[in-house]
Amino acid sequence: MKSNNNNNLEKFEFTKKNLEEVDKIFAKYPDEQKASAVMPLLDLAMRQIGGWITESAMRYISTLINVPYIRVYEVASFYSMFNLKPIGKNFIQICTTTSCWLRGSDDILKLCKKHLNVENNQTTKDGLFTLKEVECLGACVNAPMIQINDNYYEELNKDSLLNILNKLREGKEVSIGLQTKKRKGAEPIDSVNN
Amino acid sequence: MKKVFVNEQEILVPDSATVMQACEIAGEEIPRFCYHESLSIAGNCRMCLVEVENSAKPVASCAFPVAEGMKIVTNSDKVKKARKGVMEFLLINHPLDCPICDQGGECDLQDQSLYYGKSYSRFEENKRAVEDKNFGPLVKTVMTRCIHCTRCVRFLDEVAGTHELGAINRGESMEIATVVEEGITSELSGNIIDLCPVGALTSKPYAFTARSWELNHHDTIDVTDGLGSNIVVDEFQGEIKRVLPRFNENINQEWISDKSRFSYDGLNIQRLDKPFVRNIENKLTTTDWETSLDKISFLLKQYNSNQIGVVAGSLSDVETMFVAKEMFNGLGVYNLDCRFNGSNFKIETRSDWLFNSKVSGIDKIDKLLIVGCDPKREATVLNARIRKRWLTGELEIISICAPNDLTYKVENLGNDIAILNNADIINTIKDFFQNSKFPMIILGDSILSTEEGENIHVITKKIADSCNVIKEDWNGFNILSPYASRAGGLEVGFIPTKNGINAKQMKKKILEKEIKLLFLIEADDFDIGEIDNESTKIVYVGHHGDKLASKADVILPITAFTEKKALYINIEGRPQFTKKIIQNKGLAVDGWKIFRALADKLGIKLKYNNHQQLLDRIFKLHPEISSINEIVPAKCLKSNKSIPKIKSLKSSFLVKNYYQSCPITRASINMANCIKRFSKKEESIVNG
Repeated sequence: MKSNNNNNLEKFEFTKKNLEEVDKIFAKYPDEQKASAVMPLLDLAMRQIGGWITESAMRYISTLINVPYIRVYEVASFYSMFNLKPIGKNFIQICTTTSCWLRGSDDILKLCKKHLNVENNQTTKDGLFTLKEVECLGACVNAPMIQINDNYYEELNKDSLLNILNKLREGKEVSIGLQTKKRKGAEPIDSVNN
Repeated sequence: MKKVFVNEQEILVPDSATVMQACEIAGEEIPRFCYHESLSIAGNCRMCLVEVENSAKPVASCAFPVAEGMKIVTNSDKVKKARKGVMEFLLINHPLDCPICDQGGECDLQDQSLYYGKSYSRFEENKRAVEDKNFGPLVKTVMTRCIHCTRCVRFLDEVAGTHELGAINRGESMEIATVVEEGITSELSGNIIDLCPVGALTSKPYAFTARSWELNHHDTIDVTDGLGSNIVVDEFQGEIKRVLPRFNENINQEWISDKSRFSYDGLNIQRLDKPFVRNIENKLTTTDWETSLDKISFLLKQYNSNQIGVVAGSLSDVETMFVAKEMFNGLGVYNLDCRFNGSNFKIETRSDWLFNSKVSGIDKIDKLLIVGCDPKREATVLNARIRKRWLTGELEIISICAPNDLTYKVENLGNDIAILNNADIINTIKDFFQNSKFPMIILGDSILSTEEGENIHVITKKIADSCNVIKEDWNGFNILSPYASRAGGLEVGFIPTKNGINAKQMKKKILEKEIKLLFLIEADDFDIGEIDNESTKIVYVGHHGDKLASKADVILPITAFTEKKALYINIEGRPQFTKKIIQNKGLAVDGWKIFRALADKLGIKLKYNNHQQLLDRIFKLHPEISSINEIVPAKCLKSNKSIPKIKSLKSSFLVKNYYQSCPITRASINMANCIKRFSKKEESIVNG
């Protein structure tokens, strides 16, 4: 398939540990509707491979759930959360939908691009970061925010963003969630002040 | 039944009806793109919006079930506005290239845009462009025209069962794409061209050769397989431009196979348009009818009647075989056979060779046994019908000596026919058929052409008897022959009688040089290998310079199925006529006229002088085939033979080359292109 530049022809199989996960996933669906497990399985495969899905993984999943390959590919290409091309170690998704945008997500995006020297949907040369602009990630209350791999980093500003990027580049640990320590979770700003 | 109101008109509709069906019953036309009667409901084009009382928004009528007392409005301003809106969205990315589009003139989008759309466009932005996909040598794609109705995707999923297309990506980027870049391999792929409501999928061979409104439509039937699918042949200025299916619920419904649809170009290639005679220098030279017929009557007088053999091929019509039979029998020649592939079995009643359950019988079967047959390639449309039945979940299928890619789940008992000697297997089959209301056995004519053919027929008939497959009101014992001529030849008795020998024995006698004169009536598939011109003279009667014509001593040109009105009997025993659509090529004449003329030369009196008189004579002698399009059910006798032992056989008889199976398809460039493209899957050598 031309639209799928996915030339990793290595044969994919779930690891033993993941096969146990597969059984748990299948247990959630009636036997005759195994095909419903396509999305959790794609997610599992994506985690095993390292953030993206190969064609051989999709073919493997199609045999597991007993549907034609094209049905799995349709699902994988439909959802933006499934990556069909290799991505960097840190997959940065920047929310630019209304709340974040009002609170300065444009600056966050610009800074990311400048600091990492990449454009949208590109991976840095060292393979550490992939940048992607996305729609609302549902953390509007702490806008602006970004998602890196599975974690949210919220209420960002210039300094905290650079701090995160630098630490990740050096392989250090970064605290997840709110980056300003004034309040907890989604507490209103007012109640903290009073 | 439920009572609903369509535009205040009260009607009764079935409980399971949709709003769209209710509107149609009321006589209201609802525009649509994605909805198709033979496919599942998708509801994604939104063109069929109507207003339903108490619903805030218009509803998609194709996917909305009716409720008791529902009030439906199809002609309000709201509905009209909704249709205009949908139409405007559909046209946003649709190119304005109707003048250079093959769909132009018969395009759903064009028509509906005229009746339900706006007369102007408000869209000023750039249209999106989509890369064309490679769907193979038959289907041309212009994907920018696609409106994503997904009819093609659903067709390949549901009817063809090959799952080769899908809708990938989403929103603005959505595209229809194939799994692999080598085209659609399904033998039914041409039907997606008919299904496509716009010009995204069009016929590659037909591309830019005619406009739809110029074409003359001719209803006729197809002869590339035994089914006798109903087709429309579109002709322009004496040339066949394309072939489309014609709806016939009893045979092909609304589908035809790619071979039926695209092999028409073979009718213009390698045609025989003059009689030929081999001269002293051993070269075939053109001649006239008088000389060639004189030469034949000279040859006929030279040999004894048992030194003469006559074989008819897969395209021969009933008239030709009937007159040939009367003429040769008049000469005392009884070595006649229409079973050129060597299929051989004891014939007691018509039910021994017919597809007794009828094709439409497939719609109610619950158990099916396939023996030595490849329905996917021998009767593609029939195979799709089996799949349709199987999809309902009420059909179980087992097979012996059958391929494993039949597009439905088949439990294969084994690929060696000798397992029928095994009592366990017989018991398995008996258990399988137990309690079945409508059991069916399909026995392939191809396996009957093997050495063990006769025994296989007997043993399968025995199984049918013992498993109660043949009941008072249901005959589930069926023979599937892939040849258009077969049933007709057997109906008029174009088989050896008295001391005559069959095709298989003739083949042996030719090698032993005991058959000195061989008549081949379009019988290019009669496999005689290298033949010695000195010991066996060949008279070839046919319309294509195919495999065996070059070996002949006399060649007589006849008309092909599009150039004559002729009778063909399909596998069910259903007589149907072809139509004369184009002129005869050169000096070619209808096949039966040659044998009528020869009879005169040889002093054999035949009582008919024109086609109608001939038909009257055929119908008088064979009343079973006298009512056109009607099937006269065949009586079935219980087999009283003992059970024979069957020798081991490999499945080498199964179809290897779907696309080239008769002189017309072998001459066709379209079919040759398919072979080139799909040669990985179907091994074959391209002829010509």
